[in-house]
Amino acid sequence: MIWQLDLAILTLVIVCAIAAISVKDLLGTAILFGAYSFMMCLLWSIMAAVDVAFTEASVGAGVSTVFFVAAVFRTTRRTKD
Amino acid sequence: MDFLLTHLVAKYNFWLYIILMMIGLYAMIAKNNLIKKLVGMNIFQTAIILFYVSIGSKRGGTIPIVEHIAGGGEHAINPTRYVNPLPHVLMLTAIVVSVSTFGVALALAIKIYQRYKTLEEDELLTRIRES
Amino acid sequence: MKRLALLIVILSGGLLLYATKDFPSWGDPNSPASTHVSPRYLEKSLEETAVPNVVTAVLADYRGYDTMFETTVIFCAGVACFMLLRKFEPEERDLYYRHIPTGLTLHIKGEKQIPSTSKEFEKIDAIWTPYDFIINTVSRFLVPFIQLFALYVIAHGHHSPGGGFQGGVILGASIIVLAVAFNLRTAVRRFGEKIDGIMSALGVFIYAGVGAFCAILGAEFLNYRALAKILPVGKVMARSHGILAVEIGVGIAVMAVMICIYNNVASEGKFDEGL
Repeated sequence: MIWQLDLAILTLVIVCAIAAISVKDLLGTAILFGAYSFMMCLLWSIMAAVDVAFTEASVGAGVSTVFFVAAVFRTTRRTKD
Repeated sequence: MDFLLTHLVAKYNFWLYIILMMIGLYAMIAKNNLIKKLVGMNIFQTAIILFYVSIGSKRGGTIPIVEHIAGGGEHAINPTRYVNPLPHVLMLTAIVVSVSTFGVALALAIKIYQRYKTLEEDELLTRIRES
Repeated sequence: MKRLALLIVILSGGLLLYATKDFPSWGDPNSPASTHVSPRYLEKSLEETAVPNVVTAVLADYRGYDTMFETTVIFCAGVACFMLLRKFEPEERDLYYRHIPTGLTLHIKGEKQIPSTSKEFEKIDAIWTPYDFIINTVSRFLVPFIQLFALYVIAHGHHSPGGGFQGGVILGASIIVLAVAFNLRTAVRRFGEKIDGIMSALGVFIYAGVGAFCAILGAEFLNYRALAKILPVGKVMARSHGILAVEIGVGIAVMAVMICIYNNVASEGKFDEGL
């Protein structure tokens, strides 16, 4: 494990998480959440958890973002906070 | 101060996981929008999965796929060379279950929106009281 | 409310930060989690199950019960989505058609509709954007390769990262790509709702069926060693084949549930107009 890479990606993960919950547009939240999931996948592949990383890449960054966008399409993009 | 510094350097990962978990918990409690609450729930979940996977990692360990020679002879396997596979197994299923529960939660949110035409918690409460 | 939430979060976070003092340091090979049961799995799984990927061996063999009920949870989530959203009565609403030779859009009010077998008119969504040639062509070419890759991931899960969960999700994503690039009706025509429901149950049935079959052959539930009686292989290879059968069941169930959730969420249960 390379700790510099690990620290950089962990910082990006936290930035993505804060951005995802504070941006005032739900479609933006969906995309930021996809980015968050992908960063998470990188973090797990650094920790040598290849199966978990593969699952997260296909499930978290792929299908769950699509579900999210579909749900936003069916409801509303508006949010107050 | 010295004590804090040694701990911070040795365990900065755990500190950052806890910060991530705090972000998720804050979003679940304080955010007004139901979808934002769901995002908070997912962040919380991934932070805990991250913690679980990290307790299985070993310094200098490689991926848990055992080296072998096809059809070949027996050789002793040194378990300290591979990372701990048990947390990976537990968390792999948890990720897939989390996406299906996320789907159910989105279905509930769509149902709520169809009936009350809003996803904000305070507006929702006033509309429930009015009807 | 916000201030109270912040207080609660900081209190619980501080408590957890205090507790990190007692953790073994990061990546310690002698931490309690790494010394108790996992060395046994790492040492013995290749010799007992002939599966080099320890994660797959533990997932489908040593902890088979766990995975079986996780699959059941996923199946239940699919059923819950279906029950919450699916609507069977068509609503009264206007229909939109496109005349293919000229590109004119027809807006029909009331009961009348053009039969779906018509070659000249195609039904379009109320919010319709013209199909993009590049996206349509690329996704049409890509879908078979995605499916092939998914089957590889399921079948090769013994030797490389992968397995039923990942392969099932990728298989489901291949149908979702169709729904996103064209429209939901195309995807439902290719992979119908009835087939979808049957397959999600079939996956769980395959998993439980393999377990019950082992019990019929005289061993414990989900003890794949009993399959050696009917397969022309030894007891170790029988466990490997049992894991493959179970992974196929998981893959089918996960694929069907992902498509079911997507179809219901994207069309609010009407299965007509989607994302």
